[in-house]
Amino acid sequence: MESRFHHALKIQTEVCTGCSRCMMSCPTQAIRVRKGKAVLLDERCVDCGECYRVCPVGAIIIEQDDFNRIFEYRCRVALLPAVMIGQVPDSIPAQQIFSVLLELGFTQVFEVEKGVSLLHQVILDHQRQQGIAKPLISSFCPAIIRLIQVKFPALVDHILPLKPPLEVAALNIRRQLSVDGLADHQIGIFYVTPCAAKIASVKSPADGNPSPINGIINMNYLYNKVLRKAIQGNDESCMLPDHSTVVPADLIWSLTKGESSRVAGRAVAVDGIHHVISFLERVENDEMDDVDYLELRACDESCAGGVLLTGDRFLTVERLHNHMQELSARDIPDTAAKDTWHAFQDEIGGQLGINRIEPRPVQQLSSDRTIAMEKLQRIRELMKILPGVDCGACGTPDCQTLAEDIVRDMGSVNQCIFIQRRFEEQGIMDASESIQIMKSIWGDEKIKG
Amino acid sequence: MRYVFDIEGGNFDKAGQASSEIKKVMKQLGIEPAIIKRTVIALYEAEVNIVAHAYRGTLDAVVFEDRIVLRLCDVGPGIEDIAKAKEKGYSTASPAVREMGFGAGMGLYNMEKNADVLRISSEVGQGTVVEIVNYLNNRHS
Repeated sequence: MESRFHHALKIQTEVCTGCSRCMMSCPTQAIRVRKGKAVLLDERCVDCGECYRVCPVGAIIIEQDDFNRIFEYRCRVALLPAVMIGQVPDSIPAQQIFSVLLELGFTQVFEVEKGVSLLHQVILDHQRQQGIAKPLISSFCPAIIRLIQVKFPALVDHILPLKPPLEVAALNIRRQLSVDGLADHQIGIFYVTPCAAKIASVKSPADGNPSPINGIINMNYLYNKVLRKAIQGNDESCMLPDHSTVVPADLIWSLTKGESSRVAGRAVAVDGIHHVISFLERVENDEMDDVDYLELRACDESCAGGVLLTGDRFLTVERLHNHMQELSARDIPDTAAKDTWHAFQDEIGGQLGINRIEPRPVQQLSSDRTIAMEKLQRIRELMKILPGVDCGACGTPDCQTLAEDIVRDMGSVNQCIFIQRRFEEQGIMDASESIQIMKSIWGDEKIKG
Repeated sequence: MRYVFDIEGGNFDKAGQASSEIKKVMKQLGIEPAIIKRTVIALYEAEVNIVAHAYRGTLDAVVFEDRIVLRLCDVGPGIEDIAKAKEKGYSTASPAVREMGFGAGMGLYNMEKNADVLRISSEVGQGTVVEIVNYLNNRHS
């Protein structure tokens, strides 16, 4: 099958036990079990990471760049999201996280949320434009963008045509460093990611434009380094994070309602990919035409619930709200932020737009309408004979998906254990044949004689 | 291909189920997203109209290669003045229905806007028949 998406999630076949938990939890029916191993259907996966969460044996991994790649650059920037700081206990100050990054070899650390203040105004400006599709759907969460591409193609025109904060931050860092005299190829920007979807979006951006980010560091990798250092009590080298240009409210932009509370008009925040899917069904019916803005996030509690976070999501949310309040109490004049904003707007403000996101529908049964109709008819007939219990024993998440796989020549009705029993009774199939079929799905090990 | 659904008057829990099924079928046929959107908006409005006003109804959807024909028949109060009902903002919905986000008086107006062909016939005290035809190839829309 042709792969149109880059995926950060990989299944380690040698570790996978074929338990099918990932297959049953996948919101886009992108996983099957074959020969006792989970298999990912590239064109359906949106990198939400639900499979990673439920895998009991750690067979699903999230690819990471070789850390030494940072040394290919003279100026090595770590781009750090606030949830990293929020997920560690208060006894570990942000400075300690910064200093670990510097010890690892980075030359500078920037907070992603600095990109928010730059972006916020542009979002408000965009909302004032006439004739934009309503509701606007935030471009913040890359898993949601991919979900819309594959499952809700009619809604691609609702996606806010602006870069997400992390890319805006990266653009601004490049601008600042080039002012300092560095050439573009000397600057390496590495994003500390809380999720798989952001990796995929950096490696193959949905709009086709190259990302201003050079590489990715998985957040759990950094968390482990930070925790070890904190426990071993070695914190001589400290670097104060430069909070001066982070607007307090921007600190919680990546949390649920952090964005919807800041935009114009009626805005709704939905988190958790299954909730988002049922909500988008309603948006497609045009039930939401009086809502102006949708903040949709694939993870429960948004980025605080990112699959690469180790700390508890609810505590992360609570700590970040506390940090925001502390920051507000400091009462730092925002002139610095304004200066940055003006310089930025003049120089690269025009680069914040993204190309149109193209639909990539996966439901289509055939590009030939006549064939598609025949297949649809077959699905209806198959649904009458399949048991409708969605047991997953066929190596497919549910009966409907098995029926669709059958008409796509990706499956057979014989995979169904209910049909097998029926065929055995009718003498069409014997026990050894059905055992053979089950082995082809679940592997020899699980069906030893 | 034919799909038939019963629509229950007064049950807003289920309003939209028939539309969702038809939407799925259209996606599987690979129909242009913009055409799916138009069709689903028109159908959803018609479905909700039955739930909001009628006692019971049916959706009879027939998919042809080049068009989809959606016929919604209900047993209900009927529409007195169809031309007036098509006007933007005209509504007879009760405050309770409006409270639920329905009955803003955009129903027939939206339906007309999103249907290639819209035929409405009604008999007061008997019921209403709404027929929506949308063409499935680009050149028609």
